[in-house]
Amino acid sequence: MKTWLHRQTFKPDITVAVFFGVVAIFFYGSILWTFYMSLTRSTLMPNYAVVGLDQYVKLFTNYRWLVSCLNMVIFGVLFIVGTLGFGTILAIFADRRIQAESLFRTIFLYPLAVSLIVTGLSWRWVLDPVNGLQGLMRNAGWENFTFDWLTNPDRAIYTLVIASIWHSSGLVMVIVLAGLRGVDNDLWKAIRMEGIPLWRAYLQVIFPGMRPVIASCVVLLMSEVIRGYDLVIAMTKGGPGIATEMPAKFAVDFYFARVNLGLASAASIVMLMLSLLMLLPYFYSEFRKRT
Amino acid sequence: MSHAIQAERPVFGPRIARFGLYAFLIASAAFFLLPLLLIISNSLKPLEEIRQGNLLALPVRPTFDAWITAWKSACTELECGGVRPGLWNSIKIAIPSVAISTLVGALNGYALAQWKSRRANLIMLLITIGLFIPYQAMLYPTVKILSSMGLFRTYAGIVLVHVIYGLPYTTLLFRNFYVGVPDEISRAARMEGASFLRTFWSVILPISTNILVVVAILQFTGIWNDYLLGLIFAGNDNLPMTVQLTNIVNNARGSVSPNVNMAAAVITAVPTLVVYFLSGRYFVRGIAAGAVKG
Repeated sequence: MKTWLHRQTFKPDITVAVFFGVVAIFFYGSILWTFYMSLTRSTLMPNYAVVGLDQYVKLFTNYRWLVSCLNMVIFGVLFIVGTLGFGTILAIFADRRIQAESLFRTIFLYPLAVSLIVTGLSWRWVLDPVNGLQGLMRNAGWENFTFDWLTNPDRAIYTLVIASIWHSSGLVMVIVLAGLRGVDNDLWKAIRMEGIPLWRAYLQVIFPGMRPVIASCVVLLMSEVIRGYDLVIAMTKGGPGIATEMPAKFAVDFYFARVNLGLASAASIVMLMLSLLMLLPYFYSEFRKRT
Repeated sequence: MSHAIQAERPVFGPRIARFGLYAFLIASAAFFLLPLLLIISNSLKPLEEIRQGNLLALPVRPTFDAWITAWKSACTELECGGVRPGLWNSIKIAIPSVAISTLVGALNGYALAQWKSRRANLIMLLITIGLFIPYQAMLYPTVKILSSMGLFRTYAGIVLVHVIYGLPYTTLLFRNFYVGVPDEISRAARMEGASFLRTFWSVILPISTNILVVVAILQFTGIWNDYLLGLIFAGNDNLPMTVQLTNIVNNARGSVSPNVNMAAAVITAVPTLVVYFLSGRYFVRGIAAGAVKG
């Protein structure tokens, strides 16, 4: 026993074990529990009789859930493409010996320090049809100016895209810029000697070499999309109608406001599955790199 | 960034292209600054100026009245105390949450980096997945666990939730840092007969100042800006500032006063913005470190 103790004082096993225990219980135990609940008819209180996949059938025949999923896809695609594109352009420009680089970088990056709640509220006020941009233009004499996306059910989702691109482009810029700074000077020399036009150099030489960097950006942004809750709450509260409902909000609403534990759990498990599915290609490439 | 490093970076040749580059950068800067400047400027207007409805106009008679109302007397559905109690709650929640999750993350990260076992990779995998688990898949069981401990909707409860939910992230950041620290340092301490904890405390922590600052800043930003966990786990007596702000803005009762709402939003954003501006370099480094796995 004594030798065991003595040995242990040097090995980090105990720390790892304690930590792993906590993570295992809280994270993976919770997930198992949530999964179990999703197989029951639990409403306000847990009901431990397993009924199978009923809740999932209910979920995927629930109109609001289907709209939420569709919204997430529309929002996700536009947000990821927009943020990647904008952030990458900013990174390319910042990599070209510009004046006042650090000032620009500070400005492009500060939204990351702002909560999604304040981000959503700010954009809600800027885009408000009466007091915001539209009212401003109309007051300035442009009577027919219309920019009512925030209150237009067909367009409201795009206002979320604008606000989240504002929030996250700086993140992509920093990551891509770090990648660009790692590009070998010899490569640039070769590109110049070959006389390859800049846009082709980026598209065909530089970015293909930065695939892992771009992949981690995409994974990060995707997880933001699936978890997206705060921004919707602050900006549109899911409205007008259910035009901007999202799965994350659906789950929270059904857990706490509508107390339908089984359905909320099923929604959460679907969200989890989506997250893992999106991580798979990433892990696959990581794993291949190591072996 | 030194110019020597970028010596080979091609510069846009023609003057006109260079001009276009700056035009784009300045337009982008305007896009990023616009919302913040607008809400600051409008929060300084008296109500009549807001009602006249020119969002872009600078305040004619700037006044801090809206700020004062937002600070101490703006109303939620429940009470009229402004965002002040929220600020205090957020500070009270953030300080222990950041300190504990950072220190425990450092200890775990060091342990994992030292742990040369095949299972270490599996644990790393589980932790990395942990980063991407949507909160929704853990929320209800967490409520149940905390309730059974009598901690649901209490101050200790919300701190515990922030610590545990933050641990995978802090552990991973520290682990990636400590993997790069030469083994000789730990081995030397071990030769001297120092225990694992002792080595960590008096040898490893002192060389970790930079990464400690980086992780603490990231954790502070995350915890300060959190909304969902505070809403569910903090309880009415400890609601953080983000929740308080939303309650004030969404309060249907009472007169609608956008300038007060905007002032409340600015006050809520100030602490993390101050941290960002004071620690720019660390913040950037932290984001890059957190995003691109080592």
